[in-house]
Amino acid sequence: MPSDPSTAALELRGLTKHFGDKVAVHDLSLTVPTGSFYGLVGPNGAGKTTTLSMATGLLRPDAGHSLIHGVDLWQHPLEAKRLVGNLSDGVKLFDRLTGEQLVTYNGLLFGMARDTVAERVADLLRLLDLESAAGTLVVDYSAGMTKKIALACALIHAPRLLVLDEPFESVDPVSAANIRDMLTDYVRGGGTVIVSSHVMDLVQRMCDHVAVVSAGRVLAAGTVDEVRGESSLEDRFVELVGGRHHAEGPEWLRHS
Amino acid sequence: MVASLLKLRFLVLRNSLKRSPWQLVAVIIGALYGLGVLFVAVSGLVALRFAPVELASTVVVLAGSAVVLGWIVIPLVATGIEQTLDPARLVQFPLSMKTMLAGLTLTGVLGVPGIITSIAALATIATWSRSPLAAVAALVAAVVGVLTCVVGSRMVAALSVSLSSQRRFRELSGILIFIPLILLGPIIFGVARGVSQSADALPGLAEGFSWSPLGAAWAVPADIAAGDRAAAALKLLIALATLALLFAVWRRSLAIALVTPRASARSSVSRGKIGLFGVLPATPAGAIAARSLTYWRRDPRYARQLIVVPAIPVLLYFYSHTSGSLALLNLTGPIIAFLLTLAIYTDISYDGTAFATHLADGVRGRDDRLGRAAALGSFGLPLVVVLTIASVAVTQSWANLPALLGLAIGSMLSGLGLTSVSSARVIVAVPASGDNPFKAAPGAGLTTALSSFATWGILLVLVLPEIVLAVLSIVFVLPLLGWLALVVGVLLGSVLAVVGIRVGGALLDRTGPDLLTRLKALRGA
Repeated sequence: MPSDPSTAALELRGLTKHFGDKVAVHDLSLTVPTGSFYGLVGPNGAGKTTTLSMATGLLRPDAGHSLIHGVDLWQHPLEAKRLVGNLSDGVKLFDRLTGEQLVTYNGLLFGMARDTVAERVADLLRLLDLESAAGTLVVDYSAGMTKKIALACALIHAPRLLVLDEPFESVDPVSAANIRDMLTDYVRGGGTVIVSSHVMDLVQRMCDHVAVVSAGRVLAAGTVDEVRGESSLEDRFVELVGGRHHAEGPEWLRHS
Repeated sequence: MVASLLKLRFLVLRNSLKRSPWQLVAVIIGALYGLGVLFVAVSGLVALRFAPVELASTVVVLAGSAVVLGWIVIPLVATGIEQTLDPARLVQFPLSMKTMLAGLTLTGVLGVPGIITSIAALATIATWSRSPLAAVAALVAAVVGVLTCVVGSRMVAALSVSLSSQRRFRELSGILIFIPLILLGPIIFGVARGVSQSADALPGLAEGFSWSPLGAAWAVPADIAAGDRAAAALKLLIALATLALLFAVWRRSLAIALVTPRASARSSVSRGKIGLFGVLPATPAGAIAARSLTYWRRDPRYARQLIVVPAIPVLLYFYSHTSGSLALLNLTGPIIAFLLTLAIYTDISYDGTAFATHLADGVRGRDDRLGRAAALGSFGLPLVVVLTIASVAVTQSWANLPALLGLAIGSMLSGLGLTSVSSARVIVAVPASGDNPFKAAPGAGLTTALSSFATWGILLVLVLPEIVLAVLSIVFVLPLLGWLALVVGVLLGSVLAVVGIRVGGALLDRTGPDLLTRLKALRGA
């Protein structure tokens, strides 16, 4: 059942979440086709992290379903979570472990054999330029290195769907390019990626699909070309979301 | 500019009080306590006016030296407590070094401990109001003494910035402060006995301190009152030189500290060394046990719970020694078993949002519970067995061994079962990892106390059969009941542990995401 290529890698149906009176996500539906590189963009507080948390089983939705390759995550969490690699924003890691221990830990939690884990950990540390920091406690990592080790943790069990919340935040340009290559290669090999990001330029270059989210709703979704039409993705985004004001800075901030 | 710094300091204090009423209560209690101490000190100093010069000078010099020492030592162990004016946060403003030093000194004097010390120091004017010259000298001495306190503590704080930028030191010092606190009873007892036995030696001790940087300032008016002006002049010189030296070192270390970023020392092991992860079974539960054990060793919030292991036997030995019978010492094993298992009653709170890893990786609740319980049990169980046998060996009461072992093992196993359930349910605010483990977490307090007391009570009920059997066996000298206690402890304890892990696991499977939501809400607080 889950290996049917025609089913979407991720299908969100009517996801809704309230925090008290505030509606964080409202009746949100989204289909991420298998083999796509999907960008999720939106202004601060649009509900991107909330949506992805509900999609991956970290946050219980008030209503709606999240299907991962056809498996309902909230009905069969263990089965569905095996298919997903998750890098979530705003949660900590077990940072008293060394980088190598942390990735190993994640591999073992998925029930993988010890030598498979060791082999993949070595590969991931090399690909993410973390070999020299393998024996350092994660608490001593820089923000960018922490993102990279979290990415390694998400990849260790060779998931079919990668859900990455702000994966490029504070990652240096060289590592970001390496990660991009790795993800592109992963998609070429049949995997599916959904990333959330603020950086329109990055999404336009990297992704083939995009969804614009604001105030907990999908404003536009489809291939990048469909969504942006004639303009750049950034202009289209501002047009959809609004809130741009053309004010000049205060007088006292001008020096010439 | 100095005034702005002062204003800032009080603004920070006021706002932090506004944020939490409980903190206000703590400050009021602290202030009342301080006022009480101050009242006793001031009335004592005034009363010394009418005591012989020798007695007055001994008391003032010894007390003054202790105060200076306290000011200098406290910032070493209490990192992270006084943060209202952290020089590191002022560094981005264009303040001259002079302004900064003056501001920091003044805010130190005008803090609560500074005010109390100042008033007590000024009260020595009353002590030395025997002659006008001595009174004037007392005023000068008070100013020099208080400045020595403040500048000395600032100096140590600035010096320790370089030390405390090493995470390991910061974490260790947080734990070290706890050991004297636990042993406060025995220490006070010992010191009091020592003092009463060596009262004759005190004047000599005071004479020694009066020539040291700690006591020189306080001894100046005493020497003048005693008529020894040459000694007074020399001691004033020592006091002023001390202050100047402290100031110079402070200035220098602050200048260095301000341009040295707070880099953490990286402890690093070589590639491929994955510690317990390579030893314990390669299963989810095994991995979680390896992770927990690593944390028991590396995370000060766990390591601190292990203080009970040396502290309990010492305390019990002390109290049983004063009561004349060593019987209390036999309780070492059971009490440690009891306290150690309850240390993890809210284990997931200690994970913080890192618990999301277990959730995202689809860990079964049962494996999560089993791993955590096995980690503690793997060292806790042998530990309490050994301690129980050792305590029985010391007290020569081998007959009670089965009963005590039953109690200890029963407490340990039942406790593991209980905490497997409670930590899947109870989320309380705990210090974040890396914080001072004794820092009160925001929002903790009453709820934490209630939930931990409730867990203690439930565990007492769960081990009631062992308690009854053990007490009956020991009181009425019935060896058979002691063996029965051992059997019940092992069997009932094992059953409770297994049931607890199953029930807690099922609970965790149902409520995992909700626990994460509560953990996130706590972090936001």
